[in-house]
Amino acid sequence: MSTALKNNRNLELIGFALIALLILVVLPLLLDNFRLNLVGKYLTYAFAAIGLVLCWGYTGILSLGQGVFFGLGGYCMAMFLKLEASSVANTKIQSTPGIPDFMDWNQITSLPFFWVPFKSFPFTLIAIVAVPALMAFILSAAMFKRRVGGVYFAIITQALAAVLTILIVGQQGYTGGINGITDLRTLLGWDIRTDHAKFVLYFVCCGLLLASMLLARGVVKSKLGRILVAVRDKEERVRFSGYDVANFKIFVFCLASAIAAVGGAMFTLQVGFMSPSFVGIVPSIDMVIFCAVGGRHSIVGAVVGTLVVNWGKTVFSESFPELWLFAMGGLFIAIVLAFPRGLAGVMTDQILPWIENLRRKGASPAAPAPRPAPAE
Amino acid sequence: MSSSTDFLLALENVTVSFDGFKAVNALNLYVDKNELRVIIGPNGAGKTTVLDLICGRTKVTEGSIKFKDQEITGLKEHQIVRRGIGRKFQTPSIYDDLTVFENLEISLPRGRDVAGSLFWKRTPEVVEKVREVGRMIFLEEQLDRLAETLSHGQKQWLEIGMLLMQDPELLMLDEPVAGMSISERARTAELLGVVSKGRSVIVIEHDMKFVESIADRVTVLHQGKVLAEGSMAKIQDDPQVKEVYLGH
Repeated sequence: MSTALKNNRNLELIGFALIALLILVVLPLLLDNFRLNLVGKYLTYAFAAIGLVLCWGYTGILSLGQGVFFGLGGYCMAMFLKLEASSVANTKIQSTPGIPDFMDWNQITSLPFFWVPFKSFPFTLIAIVAVPALMAFILSAAMFKRRVGGVYFAIITQALAAVLTILIVGQQGYTGGINGITDLRTLLGWDIRTDHAKFVLYFVCCGLLLASMLLARGVVKSKLGRILVAVRDKEERVRFSGYDVANFKIFVFCLASAIAAVGGAMFTLQVGFMSPSFVGIVPSIDMVIFCAVGGRHSIVGAVVGTLVVNWGKTVFSESFPELWLFAMGGLFIAIVLAFPRGLAGVMTDQILPWIENLRRKGASPAAPAPRPAPAE
Repeated sequence: MSSSTDFLLALENVTVSFDGFKAVNALNLYVDKNELRVIIGPNGAGKTTVLDLICGRTKVTEGSIKFKDQEITGLKEHQIVRRGIGRKFQTPSIYDDLTVFENLEISLPRGRDVAGSLFWKRTPEVVEKVREVGRMIFLEEQLDRLAETLSHGQKQWLEIGMLLMQDPELLMLDEPVAGMSISERARTAELLGVVSKGRSVIVIEHDMKFVESIADRVTVLHQGKVLAEGSMAKIQDDPQVKEVYLGH
């Protein structure tokens, strides 16, 4: 076996270590607070991209609605923060003090029932994962148990993204509408708007991201991960090996959604608000692009892809704001055509063999390349 | 219709119609324990459809299919597999992006639910079992190769190996030697001899030489019905069979 396979495994671990080094040490040293907070925001999208590696890259389920789950996680967190910011003391000029300001503007006079539990922080933490996972479960169970998949599933997820956006925008009194939930101030009394808080939250975000990467890696390295690949290759064969395929697809879709939701919650904390513009079709497709650029079969690749595209977006749109969308579209097309396995594929297929070649030539210019020692 | 039988598999009065076209028409078919049955017949006779019906891929319009005297119509594919029926498809149906080892390991009937597979451990016993099956299907040296790099014949063997891991009581093979070279055919016939020990096997095949070399009993299907059934010698002498199938 393969030295090649073994190398691959080492490579992945090296990739993990490099990412950790980059986001925990290098970027905090190089960037000022404003830029670092921006990177923190990008990293929250990486959660969704990791989820896509699991469900799209490994299992072949393309979801064009990851923004929904990202957004639900973010909204759960925003509801808690908003309630904390809407204390009676803070809102005494309203006609109904003690409820969020946008409710008061919409002539709502008491807190809606589904907002009440979000006064509790433990409940909120559970809800951040549980609400999107439940939504993902209902959607995927309804579809996969009936063996609806592929393009149809992608379209339904996209429709869900549209529906949820319209719902949030339309129900302004309950959701804050198009503005979203803004003016968030403190988390359990700790002011999240200060530079120091943002600095701390950045590292919390990194910690959760690395944990999610390890979790995702654990899943794909298990037998379940191999079953997911098998489902992608030949779904029917998996059934005839005695597996209930729908359950596996539901599981991976829920997991992907829960991971995306954690990213959404960290987004709310670091950016200080949540709005429907992070829920809809466009952000959902952005997430697919991050994942595709990085390489949809690579967890590390998804994180790198997210950082690269968002960094490009920031640099590019600061100089040529009107051209960015074209550049993004072009990038996506180029990646799909030229490098279907994304940056991770370029790394393993082109760059590494090239380096290996150089090394060999350097080591023994005349002698034939030494055979690699057999494994074990 | 609900008669009790000693047969391992009993299809009684089974009909399936696609938009009025009866691909299988009031078919009766009984398979004994440890029998190797070959189904032959001209194209469109409904051979593959019969296998599809047994393994739940196509739903029965009418009639009854009993396995070990229990009705299996209406069960999901994976439930039928878990009762002890394995199926090999006509074109090799394996997992290209997994290694030969992983293909075989996945087919082992353990850790088949989500939690079970998530916490699955590859024990030495599992590795030994995979190696053993790998030897049987002539792929012991190929265990760490990606399945997509195998030759066509090797892929067919791999799929048979995957079924061996499943260890079904009834094994159904759809044209196992299609597209194989002559030497591969001989080895496959040998493999089937080993495979069929201790279980019942249904094989669909076109190659009459191959059929002769393996069959206990032969069933000839024609237009969704059984045209003739019996030993190879008896089938070859049957005037009706000559007319519709063997004659040309």
